[in-house]
Amino acid sequence: MTMTAMTSKWDANSEHLLRELAPQVLGTVARRFRDFVSAEDAVQEAMIAAFTQWPQEGVPENPRGWLIQVASRRLTDQVRSDIARRERETTVAREAEVIAPMVDLKSDSDMDPHDTLILLFMCCHAALTSSSAIALTLRAVGGLTTAEIANAYLVPESTMAQRISRAKQSIKTSGVGFRMPSPQERAERLPAVLRVLYLIFNEGYASSIGMQMQRLDLAREAIRLTRAMKALLPDDGEVTGLLALMLLTDARRAARTGPEEELIPLDKQDRNLWDQEEICEGIELLTAALAKGAVGLYQLQAAIAAVHDEAARAEDTDWPQILALYELLMRVSPGAIVSLNHAIAAAMVHGPARGLDLLKTLDSQLSGHYRLDAVRGHLYEMVGDHESAIRHYRIAAGRTTSIPEQNYLITQAARLEERST
Amino acid sequence: MKYILMMNTMRAGHGVPGWKQKDLQAHIAFMMNLNKDLQRAGEFVSAEGLSFPDQAKQVRAGKDGTPITDGIFPESKEFLAGFWIIDVDSPERAYAIAAKISSAPGPQGAPLNMPIEVRPVMSAPPPDML
Repeated sequence: MTMTAMTSKWDANSEHLLRELAPQVLGTVARRFRDFVSAEDAVQEAMIAAFTQWPQEGVPENPRGWLIQVASRRLTDQVRSDIARRERETTVAREAEVIAPMVDLKSDSDMDPHDTLILLFMCCHAALTSSSAIALTLRAVGGLTTAEIANAYLVPESTMAQRISRAKQSIKTSGVGFRMPSPQERAERLPAVLRVLYLIFNEGYASSIGMQMQRLDLAREAIRLTRAMKALLPDDGEVTGLLALMLLTDARRAARTGPEEELIPLDKQDRNLWDQEEICEGIELLTAALAKGAVGLYQLQAAIAAVHDEAARAEDTDWPQILALYELLMRVSPGAIVSLNHAIAAAMVHGPARGLDLLKTLDSQLSGHYRLDAVRGHLYEMVGDHESAIRHYRIAAGRTTSIPEQNYLITQAARLEERST
Repeated sequence: MKYILMMNTMRAGHGVPGWKQKDLQAHIAFMMNLNKDLQRAGEFVSAEGLSFPDQAKQVRAGKDGTPITDGIFPESKEFLAGFWIIDVDSPERAYAIAAKISSAPGPQGAPLNMPIEVRPVMSAPPPDML
């Protein structure tokens, strides 16, 4: 390597820098070689090389150029060996020099800040399943290694590698080119991108309890990626709304579990543990987004989270406002779970009997879903019908697929039973 | 979503099956290919086969916490012979894989159609709790 003359020390920021560079490098390399699938592999190899070499040898003066050079070299080698193999079978003209253009490391002329956005639209394409879109987004845009992603989702590295390679195969066969989608396509495909980012966040936020300390913080990664997206689409209310929603939810992270890792519901959380910085930023973002009009699903959910976050005590919660927001949300994005949350808000405003009435309409859509019984248990408890409450808490406990939640529900039933005897 | 696929066998039928070599080879090849397919699909988490039940011990803590081992109870009818853990996008996909396992070839290559128990593996709670 000729570029190691000037280096700086590897520190806490270097890893961040490296991840930020990943989509830019990939964008450049994919455009030069006109082959996204191979470029993505080559950039991943360059990333791994950087992660091994930079902490020891220092961060090169031009880290972006270093990564582009390493990735391009890998690709050139691969193209050459592919051609050599084909030449053995047929006679193909020597095209290696044509296919592998010279890399000008000093020039940033081919760097396009929109590459990150192009990549997000590619990786979250409708042709991919959720799990493969998530995996590819984290690697190609997030700059994470396959091993890190596998570890975060608790699957073997080889399985995650396969998932990523299949995702890229789907992109190849669906014929999506490495280019910015038209404004109309963008509008159509944006919800899928936001959904993938939100799924990554949820996975991270949900699993940030228990014995998984070694796992990568997916919630942080999702916030980082959404921030990058917001910087590129500053005028999109839903992108801003999603970022606000993530921050307003993440702010409560430290308060949602107790010393034994038990779940603590919103109304019992120690609000002093809420992250005020995240709440302030979330509310600021949300206010700016709402001012732009065209209110969507993420802005509304962020608004609901903001109302909770703004209440100094649980009893100060402005439930009428939350109820109004859920009514809007039901119109913008109807669904059984939204209706369920709406019923809770209605119960808080008009009394539990009203909530229980509303739940009756959800039986057919949500039959067998533990959340319906969990909410019923809660509302029966509010009415004072402890027997029904215990019964529904227990049904819910038997149906949830989460151990912390199961523990929480069983404990609710036990608490009521002890009180009534 | 992660699922466990459990293959139970009857105690009576457990043990090295007295199948013809060709049938055994077909069965083993089927299982090997199945695992490879799951790996290629990016759905494989783990798979283990378990030893025969005569290797099993019941263990209980004695009064001072020391282990008291015992043979297994002869009246137990079913034994876990092996399991897969998969990570898939839908329960339907988990059922499809279980059906595939169930159809593993037995004597004369006829599908065994053995019962496969499918259960969700407990995961993290959803972020939005009541």
